Amino acid sequence: MNEIGHSLATDLDGAFPAVVEQMGTKIYWGLRRLSGDHQEAEDLTQETFIRAYQALSKYDQARIRSINLQPWVWTIALNLGRNHLRDRSRRPTYVELVEHGTTDPEPADEESWDRRLAFLNGYQKTAVVLRHVVGMGIGDISDATGRPEGTVKADIHRGLARLKQLIEEEE
Amino acid sequence: MSIESQLADLVGDLPDGMTEGVALGTGLADGYDLYESAIGDVAVTFNPDGVSSVDIADDMFRLRFEERFGRKLIRAEAPSSWGRHIPTAIEAGRPGKLVIDLRSITPFQASVLARTATIPKGEVRPYSWLAREVERPGAVRAAGSAVARNPVPLIIPCHRVVRADGHIGNYSLGGPQNKHELLEHEGAHPDWLEDLASSHIRLQGNTSTGTCCHPTCHVIRHSNKKDVVNLHTLQEAKSEGFKVCEECRPG
Repeated sequence: MNEIGHSLATDLDGAFPAVVEQMGTKIYWGLRRLSGDHQEAEDLTQETFIRAYQALSKYDQARIRSINLQPWVWTIALNLGRNHLRDRSRRPTYVELVEHGTTDPEPADEESWDRRLAFLNGYQKTAVVLRHVVGMGIGDISDATGRPEGTVKADIHRGLARLKQLIEEEE
Repeated sequence: MSIESQLADLVGDLPDGMTEGVALGTGLADGYDLYESAIGDVAVTFNPDGVSSVDIADDMFRLRFEERFGRKLIRAEAPSSWGRHIPTAIEAGRPGKLVIDLRSITPFQASVLARTATIPKGEVRPYSWLAREVERPGAVRAAGSAVARNPVPLIIPCHRVVRADGHIGNYSLGGPQNKHELLEHEGAHPDWLEDLASSHIRLQGNTSTGTCCHPTCHVIRHSNKKDVVNLHTLQEAKSEGFKVCEECRPG
């Protein structure tokens, strides 16, 4: 991340597309699991990167270098997700692509996992998704969510326990 | 299989169009779409700041755009809120409700183009008139280069600006032949304009109302033909007692 932080600091416009390439997949699928909806996850991912770019373009080089990119971008994504839930109708209208992504590569058994995740409380769901779907470390999740590491660990632990219980009930 | 590893498998590919969508939303790239016009298909580009350019839709327009604006182009639909005004603006030859992204030109150039946008369809004005209208009568050449740098020809109708001597002159969008065709299409009779220019006729006066106009002004065009006289200069017009038309403001 330091290398990309360096290139973002020296050439934001040139380096930013690579950030989208590198982080986009995990951001989208994390948001997809959190929202349970393709369109919403797609809109939120796009908006997250647009906001990230707008913020970075106002920062000086030193500040950009000091950013821990993954949790920083997730902070934006999670905030947008919360606002989205609060007001789903108020969506920004950005230019719409002609050949809109019709391919929706769904991993196996996706629906049943979304159904189970929906039973978790918001903190637990976010922590479990960031830890095990996105693959973030506890420290980064703590940074992204603004919750202490111990609390994040407890959220993950309780979330996983709840998922186990739900699976047992299905059998 | 553990719950943890099953969760880790819930990730697929990045959806199509995501990187392009971000590029458009951040303004790192502009979108473009093709539209019909009187001189063939044109590529209209746009971004969150409005319509950014109009160019002939040949195989080089993407390169020309990148060269001039330093941004990429991505095929896209114009925003639904104002995209429907684009064909109307092209046909009418005025921006109407469209917002134009004029970041690539200077404030003086923008004011010249704003005035250009008010020239009615089927009428033409000389560069010298434009310079005077933006209160820089000495800046005829600068007005000319502002018109030449018009990023949105057809929508801002720079084809309605002609040389100070009345000849039709050059055109940035594919050359003088296109300017000729556009003026013909609008009913400005370019061959007649060239004849007037060759005879050094710059204005026409209406002997019954006592006003003089640019020859394409709707006021003189709607006059009774027997009242219309040709004039060579404003001085001549004034010495014969003509007042200048309030609509086309010859000077």
